[in-house]
Amino acid sequence: MEKKIRVLVAKPGLDGHDRGAKVVARALRDAGFEVIYTGLRQTPEQIAEAALQEDVNVVAMSILSGAHGHLFPKVVNLVREKGMDDVLIIGGGVIPDSDIPALKEAGIAEVFTPGTPTTDVVKFIKEHVKL
Amino acid sequence: MSTEHEKIQAELAKYQASVEKAIARFPERDHLPEQRLYTPLDIKDTDYADEISFPGVYPYTRGVQPTMYRGRFWTMRMYAGFSTAEESNKRYRMLIENGATGLSCAFDLPTQIGYDSDDPISEGEVGKVGVAIDSLADMEVLFDKIDLGKVSTSMTINAPASVLLAMYIAVAEKQGVAADQLRGTIQNDILKEYAARGTYIFPPRPSMRLITNIFEFCSKNVPKWNTISISGYHIREAGSTAAQEIAFTIADGIAYCEAAIKAGLKIDDFAGRLSFFWNAHNNVLEEVAKFRASRRIWAKVMKERFHAEKDKSMKLRFHTQTAGSMLTAQQPNNNIVRVALQTAAAVMGGTQSLHTNSRDEALALPTQESVTIALRTQQIVAYESGLADVIDPLAGSYYVEAMTNKLEAEAWDYIHKIDEMGGAVAAIEKGYIQKEIQDSAYKWQMDVESGARVIVGVNKFQMENEEPPKDLLKVDEAVGKRQVAKLHDMKAKRDNAAVEAALKDLKAACQDENENLMPHILAAVKTYATLGEICGVMREVFGEYEAHVNL
Amino acid sequence: MDIAEEVLKGNRLALSRAITAIENEYDEATEIMKKLYPRTGHAFVLGVTGPPGAGKSTLTDKLAREYRNQGKTVGIIAVDPTSPFTGGAILGDRIRMNGLTLDEGVFIRSMGTRGSLGGLSHKTADAVKAMDAFGKDVIFVETVGVGQSEVDIVKAADTTMVVLIPGMGDDIQAIKAGILEIGDVFCVNKADHDGADKLVREINMMLDLDDHGPVQQNSTQKALADQFHHMAVGGSAAAGNAPLGYWRPPVDKVIANQNIGVKELIADIEKHFAYIQANGILAERRTKRTKDEMLDILSSNIGKYITGKIVDNGRLDGYVEKIKARETDPYTVVGDIMKEMLR
Repeated sequence: MEKKIRVLVAKPGLDGHDRGAKVVARALRDAGFEVIYTGLRQTPEQIAEAALQEDVNVVAMSILSGAHGHLFPKVVNLVREKGMDDVLIIGGGVIPDSDIPALKEAGIAEVFTPGTPTTDVVKFIKEHVKL
Repeated sequence: MSTEHEKIQAELAKYQASVEKAIARFPERDHLPEQRLYTPLDIKDTDYADEISFPGVYPYTRGVQPTMYRGRFWTMRMYAGFSTAEESNKRYRMLIENGATGLSCAFDLPTQIGYDSDDPISEGEVGKVGVAIDSLADMEVLFDKIDLGKVSTSMTINAPASVLLAMYIAVAEKQGVAADQLRGTIQNDILKEYAARGTYIFPPRPSMRLITNIFEFCSKNVPKWNTISISGYHIREAGSTAAQEIAFTIADGIAYCEAAIKAGLKIDDFAGRLSFFWNAHNNVLEEVAKFRASRRIWAKVMKERFHAEKDKSMKLRFHTQTAGSMLTAQQPNNNIVRVALQTAAAVMGGTQSLHTNSRDEALALPTQESVTIALRTQQIVAYESGLADVIDPLAGSYYVEAMTNKLEAEAWDYIHKIDEMGGAVAAIEKGYIQKEIQDSAYKWQMDVESGARVIVGVNKFQMENEEPPKDLLKVDEAVGKRQVAKLHDMKAKRDNAAVEAALKDLKAACQDENENLMPHILAAVKTYATLGEICGVMREVFGEYEAHVNL
Repeated sequence: MDIAEEVLKGNRLALSRAITAIENEYDEATEIMKKLYPRTGHAFVLGVTGPPGAGKSTLTDKLAREYRNQGKTVGIIAVDPTSPFTGGAILGDRIRMNGLTLDEGVFIRSMGTRGSLGGLSHKTADAVKAMDAFGKDVIFVETVGVGQSEVDIVKAADTTMVVLIPGMGDDIQAIKAGILEIGDVFCVNKADHDGADKLVREINMMLDLDDHGPVQQNSTQKALADQFHHMAVGGSAAAGNAPLGYWRPPVDKVIANQNIGVKELIADIEKHFAYIQANGILAERRTKRTKDEMLDILSSNIGKYITGKIVDNGRLDGYVEKIKARETDPYTVVGDIMKEMLR
């Protein structure tokens, strides 16, 4: 049986701009993935626990409020603490280039900024996911 | 058909035949509008007096004032606010010194959804996308040395709009400015929060009550205040088309009017204080047609559906912001040009006020330099371009008039569909409006990815090794801590018994559906009860909205 | 880690991995199920089905909270359709239950139908067992009830609740045959919307017209039926003259997003469970389920075994050619294969 790639698309933080998250969710579905969308205003704790219960291969987060530096690393730590070492964690949103090295250092595998084609996200996941 | 039209028809047929030959040699680009050019035939059924008419005359297609910008330009209103009240106050004063004629306050996300800066959920968000306001104390600092009797202030605040408006009234009172002298706008448009923007708190029913309470309170006490800014802006930002932007927004407007009437208000008592908020997107001519069509639709809605009698009730006055979602992170200086074109569209469309985005907003909050360029863009369009010298300059363009008619027809189709569903609230609860917007957003994205839609610098004319922009504005990470310290300090100093009594009174008022909440909220903010405390009481009574997601 | 052992110890990650193994039909899934099976049979399984947009997830969320208030632990399996074109799926039920995510007594798992509905009912049943063995007291299985195959999924349930809403137009006509058969409890959600009372009347009318057929009863069952009949019809005046010994499904009105009517609904669900427990229907259902399940596993394994034998060595293609040429027919070929393999 073919293993399905399962992705949690999550919006940490308080901003309500979910156009990007929803477009990505649909693009991932159209690429044949199973997508679990969490909706708005999810805390890092909720995101990590949902990732565990859904046994996802990927956590994809979107944030436009500028709170990425605070929230992304927190999610990475919580997911790892729960024993999910293989989960690929990626992020996107309005994120200045200068913030990206620190996010990668913190365990975000890739950061997608505005203008990224959804096909790039699909490709990145397919190349880096551990099933 | 008149002989004139027959003649045109014959000439058009000849032209089309010649075009066929030309196309064989020079094929046209893909993905163009269906019609190649427009002629008098396309608007032959449009009655000038009924449908286009004159500026300041029903149905206001050409504008809501008789002289438009020949007397005074639109209000150049720059949306700003970040970090603490002190920092934002500095920027407001800078903008006023530089010729901005109105203020526009951006609040941070905890403020927008009714949480104090020390709430765990606020962590990482305090002061990020706007200024953090926890209590009247912050509001006093925000407007320090700004005469609220002179300035007009727009506040982008929705779910807790009643609380922020109450704080504004209280600050004015301390400055010695009476409430009936205050000019400005609160966004106060909860329906588009459910549909597109996401900063909701309470479920629809109590939210609509808060809105109608504000309508009623202001009609008596703050008569110059725009009590709502019914917003298509965010609907468009979420990915809608131009026709959807008009339709869903006007459907929201209809819902507010119905709620207010149901609450016992008379249409002409509040409709004159309703204002709108549109997006200025990239397609200049379509946007101009959109602004014109929206005025015509609203006038008809008010006259035919609500039987408004006052002219003022039928006039769609609007603020415009250039499209943030059309800014690119790539080659950010190109955004200056995009914003200039969007500004041109807003001005030719007859906006009453305008915010122009800054070039670096796809990357971070704008720097002072970028904000200045954005403001200068408006000033150049106003003083140098000539676009503001004649009223509704594109009227009579076969294309723009035909497009105005087309957008109007498409919008009516949606409005009727929403009527059949039981109105905007029902359509949102069903997820219908959200789904339509998402479908358009997805289509847009796929068109960009396939190259059918070109975005310069993104999917064409990219630059290799583009230098990342420097000097982006960074909000000091310590802002959150400072704000929390200020809040705790304030709480220690205030009269906590008075706060408790005011909150108890507010709770009782919330439970009585016939009570207008505004006086109770005003009393509470004056005791320095915090935004989080006040919204907390309302959460307790009203519950919280659960989003309808339908991907 | 030994997944099965960890599941039995209450390790949530292990439970999650066990369900993945079941879903993806990993080889180890059979071994896991062998170890978990002895510890199953304790949970109450509630099927929740109804058309899209009926508010099933919101209602599940509220019911789960109510069970939590009663001190029971809850598992939720939410099934959403997989796109037949792309193989992908958006599993969107969880979003209505975000408030439960951090409750350690609740475990929510979303599953896609993945194109094989027959296989899905089997997988869902195993996922239920995993949650059962983990120690969940109440397990929800939520599906979109539009097709017969989805309806099969809720057959793993002890009690099945059908959720409907007013304003669906003719949809109710289209689905009434299916829902009448499977619903033990009916719930009209969004009862504050226009047409709710009419819908309740319609369902009651259809239930009264529906002939459930006589249940074979012994004397104890008859006595119990008398006792429970009264309770069963408690919520539903229209059922006053139902024949004794039948469960007359109650029709409850709720407004899930305002948490109105949820307690009453749970009471009816529990009445149904008590009823089937007391009169032996539950035992019968479980016996039948075990039988079906065993036959299912048997035929699936035999099928896989035989299919493997004829596909791997290319024999299948040979048969197909001959059948296409009308030299033989599929029935004869299968008959021959069966004779050969099962000698």
